[in-house]
Amino acid sequence: MPVNVKIPTQLRAATDGEAVAVVDGTTVAEVLDALYERFGDLKARIADDDGLRRFVNVYVGGEDIRFLDGLATAVADGAEVTILPAVAGGQ
Amino acid sequence: MPPEALRCKECRTEYPLEARYVCEQCFGPLEVRYASRAGLDPAELRRRIEAGPYSMWRYADFLPVEHPHSALAAGWTPLIRADRLARELGLGELWVKNDAANPTHSFKDRVVSVALARAQELGFTTIACASTGNLANAVAAHASAAGLESFVFIPSDLEEQKVLATGIYGTNLVAVRGNYDDVNRLCTELAGEHEWAFVNINMRPYYAEGSKTLAFEIAEQLGFALPDRVVGPIASGSLFTKLARGFEEWIEAGLLEGSLPTFNGAQAAGCSPVATAFAEGRDHCRPVKPETIAKSLAIGNPADGPYALDLARRTGGSIDAVTDEEIVDGIRLLAQTTGIFTETAGGVTIAVLRALAERGDIDASERVVAVITGEGLKTLECARGTFEAWEIDARAESFEQAHESRLGAVAA
Repeated sequence: MPVNVKIPTQLRAATDGEAVAVVDGTTVAEVLDALYERFGDLKARIADDDGLRRFVNVYVGGEDIRFLDGLATAVADGAEVTILPAVAGGQ
Repeated sequence: MPPEALRCKECRTEYPLEARYVCEQCFGPLEVRYASRAGLDPAELRRRIEAGPYSMWRYADFLPVEHPHSALAAGWTPLIRADRLARELGLGELWVKNDAANPTHSFKDRVVSVALARAQELGFTTIACASTGNLANAVAAHASAAGLESFVFIPSDLEEQKVLATGIYGTNLVAVRGNYDDVNRLCTELAGEHEWAFVNINMRPYYAEGSKTLAFEIAEQLGFALPDRVVGPIASGSLFTKLARGFEEWIEAGLLEGSLPTFNGAQAAGCSPVATAFAEGRDHCRPVKPETIAKSLAIGNPADGPYALDLARRTGGSIDAVTDEEIVDGIRLLAQTTGIFTETAGGVTIAVLRALAERGDIDASERVVAVITGEGLKTLECARGTFEAWEIDARAESFEQAHESRLGAVAA
């Protein structure tokens, strides 16, 4: 099932400049794996042995996956997955 | 000690001093790296500081800007000896750093000053931010003063005082249906697509450096000496960690002798991801959905949470959380013992100070500084119901009668 993944500017060097990647997957983990397969450089930048690095946020339909089921969060056909840096903010 | 590069706090990759905040290799946060201070004469450094303006720019040698200037002068706020509050809490030497005494009445004037000065050096003409209110006030005001366009994004349920005190400066005020973390996510996306200087996103490495000036001032106002303990609020954790960085830089530069103070962080129970992680012994924060009157601290997904946890642990401090009721009591206690009316974030800090004192964590010999970051007039609603006025007729007897019955009520 195709899912739209929004790629932050900081990662576009690893996605050949693509801002939105369309990949197949039914969970966040599957979607990320599909992305890693297509873009070889991507995985090392946002993931380590324990999963996503701690300064990476992933959202499904605008909701942080840590409020959902984490990497097991289901993604519907046509859903929007957003990857963003976590280091922004201040009051 | 000019700034030399932006460096990743995690993997140490370096980048030029541009508008960027994320390491492209590991997604870690970037911070400013300065040239070595080795070999500099501390006495000369001190003379340069003391000859500087009575604003945060007297610390320009420690800031990442080439032209230290802002149209609104921030900083050099009072450090007040709070003996009555100390007695009330059973403490020895207690100081209150009142950073409400800034141009837009919060410490945000410091961080915005640095971000805006650097943004102008980089050629930006539009300034923006995601804010819970205080930053909104500061960005809108400083942009107007500098003649720059600004966009300010706030959660739509913000306190009215903070909305009014932002809109008046003529900014493009965008009220987002959602909480601060939603606003922050939106702005993080927008920052990638617009050529704007988002002070707390793509300008964050510079912005964050502004908070160090609070530590510099505290130390200078104590006579170039360190406190033993600092109690301050935690939202994103940036201020908390940069206070420590400020003291560390001055210790390294030979301006201060001693070691880092004990750091105690303060959060509201309704939004306490860092206090919870501290209590559970974790080194990272689980995000939460904020539910507290302390809206200026309502960041459920704190960017500098891991660093705040590390700081509290390595200095023998703690991170505590207090209830909304305790926050209002804290505001009242500070007002009634020091004459300083603070906003909810200050109530959080004073309530945690009280909790530490009651727990016996603070030795009577310690020199303690409580950091008050904002003004009570911005969260006026919290004062409602904490007292009652006497309503009388405009006649002397009416007053005497009311006085009598009031005294009777107090006596009873």
